[in-house]
Amino acid sequence: MAGVNEQSSASHEMGMHTEQLSGRSQQTFFDLDEEGGFTYTDSFDVDYNKRTEIDCNNLDAKQINLGLRDAMANGYGTVVIKNPGAKHSIAVGILNRLNLIIEGSLGYFGCGLIDGPNVRITGRVGWSCAENMMAGTIVIEKNAGSTFGAALRGGDLVCKGSVGSRTGIDMKGGTILVGGDTGAFSGFMMQRGRMVVCGNAGKNLGDSMYDGIIFVGGEIKDLGIDAVPGEVTDLDRAWLTRKLKMYDLLPAKGVDHFKKIVAGKQLWNYDNLEPTEKKLIL
Amino acid sequence: MCGIAGLIHRDGAAGIGQEMTAMLQALKHRGPDSTGFAVYGTAANDEYILRFKVAEQEDLASGFKIHDEIKSRRATVDERLKSLDVRVLDAQEATEYAYRYRIAYGGDLKRLADFVEDVEGAEILSIGNSLELIKDLGDAGVVAGQYKLDGFNGTHGIGHTRMATESDVDIRSAHPYWAYPYNDIAVVHNGQITNYWLMRRQLERKGQRFVSNCDSELLAVYTANNLESGASLEDSLKQSIKEIDGVFTYLVATKDELGMAKDTMAAKPMVLYEADDIVALASEEVAIRSVVPHEIDTWDPYDEEVRVWRA
Repeated sequence: MAGVNEQSSASHEMGMHTEQLSGRSQQTFFDLDEEGGFTYTDSFDVDYNKRTEIDCNNLDAKQINLGLRDAMANGYGTVVIKNPGAKHSIAVGILNRLNLIIEGSLGYFGCGLIDGPNVRITGRVGWSCAENMMAGTIVIEKNAGSTFGAALRGGDLVCKGSVGSRTGIDMKGGTILVGGDTGAFSGFMMQRGRMVVCGNAGKNLGDSMYDGIIFVGGEIKDLGIDAVPGEVTDLDRAWLTRKLKMYDLLPAKGVDHFKKIVAGKQLWNYDNLEPTEKKLIL
Repeated sequence: MCGIAGLIHRDGAAGIGQEMTAMLQALKHRGPDSTGFAVYGTAANDEYILRFKVAEQEDLASGFKIHDEIKSRRATVDERLKSLDVRVLDAQEATEYAYRYRIAYGGDLKRLADFVEDVEGAEILSIGNSLELIKDLGDAGVVAGQYKLDGFNGTHGIGHTRMATESDVDIRSAHPYWAYPYNDIAVVHNGQITNYWLMRRQLERKGQRFVSNCDSELLAVYTANNLESGASLEDSLKQSIKEIDGVFTYLVATKDELGMAKDTMAAKPMVLYEADDIVALASEEVAIRSVVPHEIDTWDPYDEEVRVWRA
């Protein structure tokens, strides 16, 4: 890793900011030449063929997450979480590949801040599931609460049932797929990424969105400020068909009825790239 | 933040006291300041359960005289009840400062409530044929233990764990609120009401009374005012979404109904489980799991959603 001053200089040169960063706001850059430069310090090398189970019945959230970390540290790549009992903050901060099966429901902030795992949840999830998710897939078989996929940055977040309000608020990338309906203010201040709702959408859809695309298969109660209808292209239809098919969500009548909502860009129109995107361009 | 919960059995009475205690204990992290229950037992139409207090818990630390004052205030309340021809069939001391009276009374409830609350420190927590409302400082386990709620059988109940944000940590500001002066109506609320003072002044001009500065009390008084005007519970809940500003999710219970309303912003949580025999709803699913531990289908009601269930 580069030193603190070098990091500041590098980010200044890249035009990300002009102020001097310190403490927790200090940016970290990966060095291609450095060994393990693309590996998080808290990630583990796991084997999908090694399988273990965690019974959460008499465990609190911290004990469950420590158990999960312990399993990953020992190389288990397939972990089954039993009896999660809608407890909060389960399976957060996983920064490596992992086949995670959750048999039951999660409470708030389930699977937040993850980067890489493939998660299947047989029950329901509470508020703020997959907040700030970077990569991987999460498939939820039942319903989800509000602020589903808030500030999502990457990966596929799938709910086969209906979700609450403010779905994909502030999302900055990735894909949210909803098999049922979504509530009010979905896509609020969305900045990038794609959201697909097979059912109906509540009021103020896409309010104050900067960018990104929302597809809705059902009725839209009304659009928010600066959210406007867009033209559904052949590429869009092909993408929708492929993506929905992947998760068994493709409607029997296809995707021709889907509406597309995009940003009118009259309210906000920024063009700042993510640090990783800037790095790729440079 | 606060946590609210409600439970209604559609096929007869059950151990609602124990169930509500478990639900609210699961929501303890949402508000540790106080806990309250409004539970509905078997109705006896010719009798009322009167729950009242004559001091706050914190008053007990105010000096040696308070113990005598509490005795004196209770004696004054007893005298006033007698003067109104209220027959006290049974009197229990839930705590040193809070009491449960089983009474026979055929007069005007508002007159009774006003006369009792005129005594210094006295506040009626509830009057009802089947409603019993208890609230105190501490978590659900502490309050339920103190008031011996575990053995309570009933058809439905609502409850609240409070994180004080808008008013003091005391019993007066704790939920549920009884919809004075109507028997068997109680309200719990999670949220902030932003047109509180405007609405309060309007209701006070109509003769309604407020005992606290807690914005949640407005919903109880507002509901009482609507029901007095002949509105159904469902109408009142729908009307509240249009007239009350802020972010809120609240529950109202009557003798045989449980209702919920969610504001137009849908900013406060509510998870709902509906089955043939039971309806359970709470700020978090973890509370529902404490009474329905097996895998269930739950969902979030949407913005402006109003629901009413009958026992």
